[in-house]
Amino acid sequence: MSSFPQTLDDLPPGGFGGSLKSAPSAATAKAPRESRADWRLGDRIGYAMAWAAGIALCLIAASIVGYMGWQGLQYLRPELLFTHPSPEVDQAKSGGFLDPLLGTAILTAVGITIATPIGVGIAVFVVEFGKPRWLARTVEAAIEIVAGTPDIVLAIFGLALFQNSIFSWMSFTAEGGAVFGRSFLTAGAIMSLIAIPMVYGATREGLLSIPRHMREASYGLGKTRASTIRRVLLPAVRPNIATGAVLGMGRIAGDTAIVVILLGATLRLEPEGGLPGLDILKGTGSTLTSYVYNNSPAGEGGSFEKAYAAAFVLLLIVVGLNAFVDVVARRGSKNGLPTRPGGS
Amino acid sequence: MTMSSVPPIRRISTDATPTVVDGATSDQWLTRSADRDTEQPESSPKDAPPYVPAGAERMRVENMSVFFGENEAVKKVSLSIHTGEVLALIGPSGCGKTTLLRTLNRLTELTPGARRTGRITLDESNLDLMEATHVRRRVSMVFQQPNPFPMSIFDNVAYALREQSRQRPKKSVIAPLVEDALRRAGLWDEVKEDLDRPALGLSGGQQQRLCIARAIATRPEVLLMDEPCSALDPISTKVIEELITDLRKDLAIVIVTHNMQQARRVGDRVAFMYLGDLVELGTAEQVFERPMAQRTKDYVLGAFG
Repeated sequence: MSSFPQTLDDLPPGGFGGSLKSAPSAATAKAPRESRADWRLGDRIGYAMAWAAGIALCLIAASIVGYMGWQGLQYLRPELLFTHPSPEVDQAKSGGFLDPLLGTAILTAVGITIATPIGVGIAVFVVEFGKPRWLARTVEAAIEIVAGTPDIVLAIFGLALFQNSIFSWMSFTAEGGAVFGRSFLTAGAIMSLIAIPMVYGATREGLLSIPRHMREASYGLGKTRASTIRRVLLPAVRPNIATGAVLGMGRIAGDTAIVVILLGATLRLEPEGGLPGLDILKGTGSTLTSYVYNNSPAGEGGSFEKAYAAAFVLLLIVVGLNAFVDVVARRGSKNGLPTRPGGS
Repeated sequence: MTMSSVPPIRRISTDATPTVVDGATSDQWLTRSADRDTEQPESSPKDAPPYVPAGAERMRVENMSVFFGENEAVKKVSLSIHTGEVLALIGPSGCGKTTLLRTLNRLTELTPGARRTGRITLDESNLDLMEATHVRRRVSMVFQQPNPFPMSIFDNVAYALREQSRQRPKKSVIAPLVEDALRRAGLWDEVKEDLDRPALGLSGGQQQRLCIARAIATRPEVLLMDEPCSALDPISTKVIEELITDLRKDLAIVIVTHNMQQARRVGDRVAFMYLGDLVELGTAEQVFERPMAQRTKDYVLGAFG
């Protein structure tokens, strides 16, 4: 992620061949640059392909943002953001996507609230304790399995799980006693599974990058391991936790399968039960992703214009979250731990 | 491998029988590694003037060995540590001096596979029977790399003071103690305006003095320093050496150093270690001017290491 450009920055300015041949003739004004003409053919092809791949990726990213921006801005009206959607065939009356927008926000908040403490806790256990060794290894493997499981599989699993009657408090129960299993709470719980690996990974990297002498400094002052974690390590990895959490939020905001299956993808927020606030969490709803899906030609094909507008908003949210991660990561590396020991 | 290809450091270790030279007559402050009949002093200890320790005995190490797996890093070392004096541990890399130092506040036991025999006492109570965190508050440590925590200058010192008890003391209680520690570490005048600034913004020498302030904030009896100046420039080194000389008034200080001039400048007593053996222990003047063991002689004269 953020370390990728840093490694590129570390390269000599002349690229890969820059400093290889310059040493012998350093006496005079300018050392001759190595010509790539005398590289082996395979190396030259590889070099060209590396360039081409990088530029192609930039073009793809630019065309996604550009196309969605063009389509989105064309159809996006401010009132779309503030009006409730309604089930009308006539698109002039079908409203905006206020509910899906709120749904995305609520679901993301629920998911990341569950995921962050769990992800941080697992990372602390694996890195700082890691004993018994087999358990730590199993935990790591389990994280990888969860991270690698397709979201549709997680969604089906979640539905099977939350339709059990002990989870009836998380959604609503139909008259025959069948638990519906679909709500912001159940969807958020499963969404946390796709965010936990991001939080875990970022926290783990942060903890591993804290030099051993930082822990020893704390132990050397007579601090317990718990107080070292709480007062030294966790504050030091706060930027990493933020990074992981925001990346996880991006994953949650962008997920569709879990929304369709576990949130019900109802057009509007459908509160359940009496308690204000909790009723929304227990109820169903939709998010921007399911809204885009349902309005696109792939879904019911109701209104591709609104689908474009909603997709553009979604893209802005996710790109915004990623930009935030970059800012946090950059600030973290400046004020965080000394990468240069004893730096002045 | 023929003998001629062996570097001098190895040759010495294979040629010479291990020697522990008792630099002074008094057995109170130094006991030879016991049970080793081969390790008789090469010259008579009667030549040396009797050493009078500056203050009360704080720690005593008896027959201590430290193993990492099968490797014996410190071999049956005995020594004592007194208030009011600086004990400098010198010796080539890997001779066990840092391990010895880290064992004194039980940091070694955090290393997987480390094992220790022998007896260490702190104010005549057995170190092993005390709680490790309690030991480390009384025998605190300054490390080779300046390692302030990524928090403010104030919090770095306050961290050492807080959480001693279940209740977190208030800032108004802590502030004078922080000031006192920073004053004793000679840092107060430089940072009194910037107590809330991040500690990592300080220069390397200031960071190290902050680490010293942090270590002495809890008023420990013994201060361990593991090459505290090796990452610093000469001017910062000088400041810290003067600080060490000041601090020893009410502390016992044990310092590991690679720099023999430094050992001579700050050390009241000097212990020379070699491949885990405590080869020689005496006053700085005696170890550098009139070393008794051949290996000490070779080392302080710069023959190896």
